[in-house]
Amino acid sequence: MSPRVTRLVLGASVPVLALVAAFAITSLVLILAGDPVGDVWSQILTWPERRNLSNIIDNATVLYLSGLAVAIGFKMNLFNIGVDGQYRVAAFAAAVVAGEAWLPGYLNTVLAILVAIAVGAVWAGIAGALRATRGVSEVISTIMLNAIATGLVAYLLRKAAVREEGSNALNTKTIPEGSRIPNISIGEGAATEIYGFIFIAAAAGFGYWFLLNKTRFGFDLRATGRSATAAVASGINEKKMIIVAMLISGGAAGLVGLPIILGDSYHYGSTFQSGLGFAGIAIALLGRNHPIGIAFGALLFAFLDEQSNPLQILVGVSPDIVAITQGVIVLTVVITYELVRRYGVRLEQRRVAQVLADESVAPPPGSGPEHEEVKS
Amino acid sequence: MTAPSMVPEAHAIPAAKAGPRRLSRWWIVAVLVGVLLILSLLEVITGADDIASSGTIAATMIAIVPIMLAALGGLWSERAGIVNIGLEGMMILGTFGGAYFAYHYGPWVGVAGAMLMGALGGLIHATATVVFGVDHIISGVAVNIIALGAVQYLASLTFANYPGGGTTQSPKLDDVQTITIGPLRDALKDVEDKDVFFVSELAAMLGAMVWNLSLLVVLAFLLVGVTYYVLWKTSFGLRLRSCGESPVAAESLGVRVLRYKFIAVLVSGGLAGLAGGVLVLVASSNYRDGQTGGRGYIGLAAMIFGNWRPGGLIAGSGLFGYTETLGLRRGGESVHALLLAVALLGVALAVWQVRNGARITGAVMAGAGIAIGALYFAIEEVPGDFTRMTPYVTTLLVLAFASQRLRMPAADGMIYRKGSAG
Repeated sequence: MSPRVTRLVLGASVPVLALVAAFAITSLVLILAGDPVGDVWSQILTWPERRNLSNIIDNATVLYLSGLAVAIGFKMNLFNIGVDGQYRVAAFAAAVVAGEAWLPGYLNTVLAILVAIAVGAVWAGIAGALRATRGVSEVISTIMLNAIATGLVAYLLRKAAVREEGSNALNTKTIPEGSRIPNISIGEGAATEIYGFIFIAAAAGFGYWFLLNKTRFGFDLRATGRSATAAVASGINEKKMIIVAMLISGGAAGLVGLPIILGDSYHYGSTFQSGLGFAGIAIALLGRNHPIGIAFGALLFAFLDEQSNPLQILVGVSPDIVAITQGVIVLTVVITYELVRRYGVRLEQRRVAQVLADESVAPPPGSGPEHEEVKS
Repeated sequence: MTAPSMVPEAHAIPAAKAGPRRLSRWWIVAVLVGVLLILSLLEVITGADDIASSGTIAATMIAIVPIMLAALGGLWSERAGIVNIGLEGMMILGTFGGAYFAYHYGPWVGVAGAMLMGALGGLIHATATVVFGVDHIISGVAVNIIALGAVQYLASLTFANYPGGGTTQSPKLDDVQTITIGPLRDALKDVEDKDVFFVSELAAMLGAMVWNLSLLVVLAFLLVGVTYYVLWKTSFGLRLRSCGESPVAAESLGVRVLRYKFIAVLVSGGLAGLAGGVLVLVASSNYRDGQTGGRGYIGLAAMIFGNWRPGGLIAGSGLFGYTETLGLRRGGESVHALLLAVALLGVALAVWQVRNGARITGAVMAGAGIAIGALYFAIEEVPGDFTRMTPYVTTLLVLAFASQRLRMPAADGMIYRKGSAG
């Protein structure tokens, strides 16, 4: 095999091996716990119905945005664990702005999206500024900001909420119909619609790819992520890059909650989904920070979540089992990637050694004396 | 920033130069007395009399221990050069292990079970980072995800079938033994009730130590001492720390680097698991879903704040445990009182910074101090949502001001492969 083909095969084998390993480990857990392994997998691995399919695509859209936000940080060697807090603060702000409807129709929608991006960016920017100016690890600061976001949003929600008659739920004002993003039908009935926001998510994915691979800024970002010292030596301002990368990551995180706000619930409530940021970390790792890879990762996670839902009713197994699978996937992906990389390096070394050995059998004229010179 | 935070920092630099012995004895006493003095003053000025009552201090002791044990776990692994963000997950595993074994075999077996489950999390982390050379933070995040899922899965498999249990909580569990020295406690209570400046607060603190003191709390503090001895006074500890400072040099001297790292992460997991066990057995009386509430992360922050030292991490855990307790007990009033201390401290620091020539930093601090002071006079009470944020905000602020003075193990977080020494 030519080296190029070898590399392709090795690259493609990583996700396959990782998935197989993760499924094997999950099966082992099920067997040890005495749960029916076959029934669990046959439920999870059946082709979903239309209704489930639309749920999977919807959840994947949300998870995709979360994965993108985390991946931007990763490219710069920044670990943005704070996507979870960022998207909740941003979604809340966007829901309030959209609910107030200061602008008519879709202008209102655009304003809400911009507000979400700005608020998410600012929330992440706090961690970026702390890292750049005070040397605080973004891992710790974003985790703290997540907890602070929870309290802050709970407090503000109580101030901004309108309570409906006979309900305990606290919600922001409902977004007017003209400012909602219409859903797209993929089958019959309201249950088979998917978020129109999916196009914005796809655009964000394209923007991510373009920014990182086709702009000077993206090059600087990746260079700083690979080697901060080399980047600084070539004139890149590392502190500025840290802050800007966190701002962009947070801005992307601001989009995470919007498909739900603008396409499903039309308000931000006390029961708004949390934890999407942590899933985003796993998905970014799974997709190896590549926009297409992240899409596959998001689909896989959404698929596992949706398919495991009825496990409790159908086979009496807690659906939390897929959380184990998801966590194990993260580990097996990075481990298999490392092992395959080592294997690839060894193959390469052997190939080079082979070539050199062939050469030394029939040394080209004039090469002998040169070696002797070096020795003496 | 709150009162206790800056005191250790001001003392840390000269003390560190004078050697570890002074750091661990007189330094801690001085900090305790200083903090108590400030709190007594604050109590008199603001009238918030719950900020140093024996109830608050007793609750603080219990709040400190899980954070401190998690921090201690972080210390073991980071001293060997492995960043352990998976402490949270190992702690979650500990809560389940503690509850499961305590329910079946009694509280002390529960303690062992908590450590065992935590060590299991450590085993995953060690295998991924030490054997396979995976990025430490990625592995830690994976441990957290797996642990959360595993514990929820296991809880629905076990506790859901027990009487009084459910998928999100275990049945009630017995506590481990507690120590109460009755007469001493009564005498101290009398002194506390007399409301003499500083003396009452001191009595409150001592009183909290002789009444219903859980043996696990004692054990936890002993473990900090044991850790200090093992890591700094034995050749095993020297070798372990050398793996975190310079694994290449260590290996060239014949230290089995990977083995030491592996052991360190296992111990780290066990201690984090014990932290979860304390949450289950002492801080409450059963396992509940989401019980850890990010304390693993706060423990990590406490260890960083403590400059990767046992004495420092006690101070860090004390700070976070105290602010957490304050937020829960009549939090509005107490946290409000703390605002005044933070404001004064901000202004004092600003003066200090300006005298040292850092004008901009000083101006920012003075501005923040004055703003917080204005806030103190503007509001009567801090709303509940904000009091619960106190430990997290404190963490952020403390790290923002203390990060530059800290030095982590030189090879912390680096991936080491056997034979790198050449």
